[in-house]
Amino acid sequence: MPVLKASNVTHYFDGLAAVSGFNLDLETYELVGIIGPNGAGKTTIFNLITGVYQATYGNILFEETEIVGETPSRITSLGIARTFQNIRLFKELSVLDNVRIAHYARVSYGPVEALLHMGRFRKEEEEIIGHSMDLLAFLKLESYADEISKNLPYGLQRRLEIARALATRPKLLLLDEPAAGMNPNEVGQLMEFIQWIRKEFNLTILLIEHQMHLVMNICERLLVLDFGETIAEGEPRDIQNNPRVLEVYLGEVQC
Amino acid sequence: MLLPALLGFVFVLSLVIQQFELLDPYVQLIIMYIGINIILTLSLNLINGYMGEFSVGHAGFMAIGAYVASYLTVKVFPAHTVTWLFPVAVIAGGAAAGVIGLVVAFPSFKTRGDYLAIVTLAFGMIVKSAIENIDALGGPRGFLGMDKLSTLPWVFFWVLVSVWVIRNLIYSNFGRGVLSIREDEVASDLMSVNTNHVKILAFTVSSFFAGVAGALFAHLLQFINPRAFDIIKSTDILIMVYLGGIGSIAGSVIGATIYTVLLEVLRPMGIWRMVFMPLVLVLLMIYRPKGIMGLKEFRWFIPVRDLLASRIWREKKVVT
Repeated sequence: MPVLKASNVTHYFDGLAAVSGFNLDLETYELVGIIGPNGAGKTTIFNLITGVYQATYGNILFEETEIVGETPSRITSLGIARTFQNIRLFKELSVLDNVRIAHYARVSYGPVEALLHMGRFRKEEEEIIGHSMDLLAFLKLESYADEISKNLPYGLQRRLEIARALATRPKLLLLDEPAAGMNPNEVGQLMEFIQWIRKEFNLTILLIEHQMHLVMNICERLLVLDFGETIAEGEPRDIQNNPRVLEVYLGEVQC
Repeated sequence: MLLPALLGFVFVLSLVIQQFELLDPYVQLIIMYIGINIILTLSLNLINGYMGEFSVGHAGFMAIGAYVASYLTVKVFPAHTVTWLFPVAVIAGGAAAGVIGLVVAFPSFKTRGDYLAIVTLAFGMIVKSAIENIDALGGPRGFLGMDKLSTLPWVFFWVLVSVWVIRNLIYSNFGRGVLSIREDEVASDLMSVNTNHVKILAFTVSSFFAGVAGALFAHLLQFINPRAFDIIKSTDILIMVYLGGIGSIAGSVIGATIYTVLLEVLRPMGIWRMVFMPLVLVLLMIYRPKGIMGLKEFRWFIPVRDLLASRIWREKKVVT
């Protein structure tokens, strides 16, 4: 059973097709990369899957549930979490609060209990703090728990974004250019980190990336997008030698 | 334990002061104004400071609370029960404002920033002109006949309730949702926060307390008219929020206190007061845009569970 099945997903911005006829089957525990030049529609696909945009047509099934038309918060609580191309942490809040916020959907106490700090409130709040700290400790961010998140170094902000996404307990994780702005050494560590969290949290991962070194090494399958269309799909080795991909990236081969 | 004891003491003190007229009535009046302004400031801070929206129609909610409560005490409740039923009138005023708060919450699902500010501005105008056109409420002439039911202990009690409830809201799941909307609404939604629910709750609680403040205000002044709740009043509340500091309970208390006291102290300046106060605001925005306590909080307003969250967790780890 595929975790995610997108069929013929098409999205128009004012008559301009940002994504057209996009198809994707993601199997459980797969690690798939989406590559393509700037403006190819990669992030749009993430926005369509997570409900930020509504597909003009097409279906997206997550574990056989249609998610086109659902709100982002609903889709996230079903089990899809993401990070952002430009880090979008809750900047002025502490590292711990960033992770605690992502527990929102798991709280069962209601507004009255919240306003009075009574009933299930106490127990659940303590559980959330416990889970959040455990998660931070697991990702080696625990010593920064009380720091304001905007004060963290860049690499740790990236990691905190992943921690925050993991706090929503996803089955499918979407990483939007996780290696952006990292040096080769850091990219190496990131590759190990991604594979490690996949194993530990039993995740299916879809990632967008420009660093070929990273996608070629860790992705099991690649999709290449150009002007909103999928121009190639397959194992990294085959993609490397695909003439259309080379054309998109390097320009037409002149003899 | 120290804090409840202290607050209990102050409450008893306020009762004693009221009973034996220990304080000059004028000073009592100022203290009650401070209390009412603290409630208003907290209420607006929830929307503007914590949630990062920009409401400029808070006087509208205040008006609803003031008129509903006054109508109840003057026209509905039998005269001899008024003193005892005053809390009911205050709660009813707050509840009416809270329900109307939904009217503003729904546009906020789709609209934010400047556009929502205009929605709230329009809302304030609608409330004012609606009241002006209801004869049963005295129309533009205003409404009177209320007994002076707002007393020092009652105002103090409602300040405590509003501080406590808004603190509880902020340090809960919904409160973190409110903060995350301020920081990045899209990211908040994508981290599973039901932003619509959070906004409904924030607007309801905020307008409830604005209504409560209105009810207390009406029974302190014993006369209300629609002009008392126009854009100038909303601006006053805005000034107190930004003076004290956005996203801070301590800031709301400080901002409301300083502003109210300054206005009184500067009364001899006459009309120049209205030059001086805005000037203070301009300087504040230039040199300290987040206000005196912007995004900071006194420790005793923060629940221990939150204040020491990471430390408690580490200590537990050591034990196990």
